[in-house]
Amino acid sequence: MMAGTLPISYYLGLSALLFTLGVLGVLIRRNALVIFMSVELMLNAGNLAFVAFARMYDMLNGQIFVFFVMAVAAAEVAVGLALIVAIFKTKRSIDVDQMNSLKG
Amino acid sequence: MTQLDFITVLPIAFLTFWVCALLLADLFIKRKGLTAVLAAVGLAITLGLTLMQVGRSALGFNGMLVLDGFSIFVQTLLLLSGLLGIALAYGYIRRMKIERGEYYGLLLFSIIGMMLMAQAADLIMVFLALETLSIPLYVLAAFARPNPDSEESGLKYFLLGAFAGGFVLYGIALIYGATGSTQLAQIISVVNLSGGFEGIYNPTLMLIGAALVLVGLGFKVAAVPFHMWTPDVYQGAPTAVTAFMAAGAKIAGFAALLRVFALAFPTLSADLSPVLWVISALTMFGGNLIAISQTNIKRMLAYSSIAHAGYILMAFVPFGDPKVLPVSVAAGLFYLVAYTLTNFGTWGVVIALEKAEGKGLEISDYAGLGRKYPALAAAMTVFMLSLTGMPPTLGLVGKFYLFRAVLEGGYVWLAVIGVITSLISAYYYLRVVVTMYMHEGEAQTEREFWLGLTTLGAAVLTVLISLTPQWLFILAKDAVLMLF
Repeated sequence: MMAGTLPISYYLGLSALLFTLGVLGVLIRRNALVIFMSVELMLNAGNLAFVAFARMYDMLNGQIFVFFVMAVAAAEVAVGLALIVAIFKTKRSIDVDQMNSLKG
Repeated sequence: MTQLDFITVLPIAFLTFWVCALLLADLFIKRKGLTAVLAAVGLAITLGLTLMQVGRSALGFNGMLVLDGFSIFVQTLLLLSGLLGIALAYGYIRRMKIERGEYYGLLLFSIIGMMLMAQAADLIMVFLALETLSIPLYVLAAFARPNPDSEESGLKYFLLGAFAGGFVLYGIALIYGATGSTQLAQIISVVNLSGGFEGIYNPTLMLIGAALVLVGLGFKVAAVPFHMWTPDVYQGAPTAVTAFMAAGAKIAGFAALLRVFALAFPTLSADLSPVLWVISALTMFGGNLIAISQTNIKRMLAYSSIAHAGYILMAFVPFGDPKVLPVSVAAGLFYLVAYTLTNFGTWGVVIALEKAEGKGLEISDYAGLGRKYPALAAAMTVFMLSLTGMPPTLGLVGKFYLFRAVLEGGYVWLAVIGVITSLISAYYYLRVVVTMYMHEGEAQTEREFWLGLTTLGAAVLTVLISLTPQWLFILAKDAVLMLF
């Protein structure tokens, strides 16, 4: 570990915290957009863990994985926002509790 | 890119090229039936290229993708289900007035993701393939927009699918941290070396990572307790999409489970086998018990598909035992074939009876089908028997192989649970048969050539293959033995 850098465990702690916040956000919040943002938080927690581990092992492949994840996240944003807009047009709401027309 | 890389990825590369060209060509095609034909031709050529690779095995792109008997078996199954998916969609999307050319493009993109999943030899590829197969499916589920049910189904699938993707990604990150690599082959060697010397391997991190990946894939294959999205999504999505989703996504999910767990994590079996045991048992009970109370056929079949995920998961419970593993995985593959065939046939019947605006989807709408359309009713009877696991159908043979493999692995109670839940499932499957033949009613169906051919063909094959199932099981077994 170089002088003046934080130990790796700090980064991992932060990423675990972010991941937990993301999971809780998905489970607790009812606005589709906020749920979606929480999912992004989970993905970025993964990214942070990747970068931290890549630094720890002094290997690049973890950092490259992050680029893939960003591209995937961008694709998900495109599809997700389109779906949310389409729902908003028909329902005038994106509250997931109101999406209950499908029930058995 | 070397020549070997090119051979490894040839079918997928061809299909990718084809679907991009198809999307462009679709702009100029007025009759969307032609797009369907072109998509089917592309799948057929890809199938030919895949079959040409039989017997080869190779590792391409610096260990990112692998080509082996297992990947060829799974890809063949995926391509066939793609063809069946197009056959079911052809008339359906026209009738439902959602005939847009993108349907077939999205379907093929999803198949590309599934095929990549079957070949993935690196956790990065597993994640990318998972997203490549899922994102087009989110759009397809919402394809009948502005129908609110379909939109709702799409959004629910999207949110929970992305949620599951987050779990898979974080799990992979932890596995990377535990072993210093994302390649399955290197993970295996790091884990195996760690016994002897002070390596970098961190078993705790590895276990947490593997558990997170299991949760994420559990969402994808709809295993209890990660199944909440399935009934809503299956019910709301256009029926042709549901049929494809139920088969394709399951095949790909299980292919990934097999590659990752059976190959890379055998040392974790002491911890994970009991977990898989519980998930499999819960899935069988949960799916079959909730299905009983359903009145909507799509919802009932959704719970039935959850239950079948439980049966297939049985194949993974003995994954740490190298003696039983080939047999149990071959049994799992066989069951996937049986399930795929039956699944498309069943959904074909559902599509034949479905009317505009979601009418004709209650089980009571099947009353009188037996008298009015004897062939269709007979086919449906075959499928219901197959899903229950009764002779003379493929479902019975599949369950027989599965239970036998699980018994060989020493999991007697799991096999017992499998038998009990199959008995429970007979109640709701046979209720459909009773409704068709015993109740008076005016069932009405749509006549479409490709739909009828798929349905009746699936019924005939379900019975015929069950008479001589050996060759298919041997094929599956060979495929597993050729795992890289």
